[in-house]
Amino acid sequence: MSTTNTELCSKESSMMAPTESPIVHLASRGISPVILLVGMYVFFHGHYSPGGGFQGGVLLAAAILLLRLSLGTSLSQPVMPSWITLRLSALGALIFAGIGLLSILLGGNFLDYHYLPMPWLEPAYLRYYGILLVEVGVTITVMTTLVAIYDDLLGC
Amino acid sequence: MHWMIEFLLFVILIVAALVGLTVRNLLAAAVILTIFSFLTAAIMVSLGAIDVAFTEAVVGAGAVGVFSIVAILMTSRKSRD
Repeated sequence: MSTTNTELCSKESSMMAPTESPIVHLASRGISPVILLVGMYVFFHGHYSPGGGFQGGVLLAAAILLLRLSLGTSLSQPVMPSWITLRLSALGALIFAGIGLLSILLGGNFLDYHYLPMPWLEPAYLRYYGILLVEVGVTITVMTTLVAIYDDLLGC
Repeated sequence: MHWMIEFLLFVILIVAALVGLTVRNLLAAAVILTIFSFLTAAIMVSLGAIDVAFTEAVVGAGAVGVFSIVAILMTSRKSRD
């Protein structure tokens, strides 16, 4: 299984990396930062408009997947390296569960933002920033997991 | 007026589903699948569910399309059944 996987990987990398079309390269390099910007907008406006952590994370992942698909896996490594994806995914899950368990430790329920240790904030703003922190974790996890699924699908 | 737009969207949705099921080229079938997802998102907008439509457009037309295209690139291009 591993031999076929490496053969497929080398064949894929030689087949997919040089698209040799400057139009495709230039268009994907130009569009990808715009998709990243829209993803950040969706993520930061998730409280009071349609959107949120999951949608923003999928948009950020779509920008990176566009570069992976057009430039190839090796040329798009500086945007997001392959070794960092699963670790960032675990970090996002740790942020989500850590905030939830922190509010349990401080006397509330799971994800009860009222008990977070930020006493200089009013309760409404405490919930606002608590939701924002949880959304940071969701966004990081969704983005890196989709890129990790792509890398694992190619086997590189 | 509103029901006419919605009816047109439903007709194009069914046509896209039938074409995607019967086409022999698998890459064309994947692209038609993303068109199906995008039309579903448009119908959700016309029903007033903006959040569902946004998720459907992003996931169905973005991530699932990329993953099915990669899966097709690793196999053969034509359907042989």
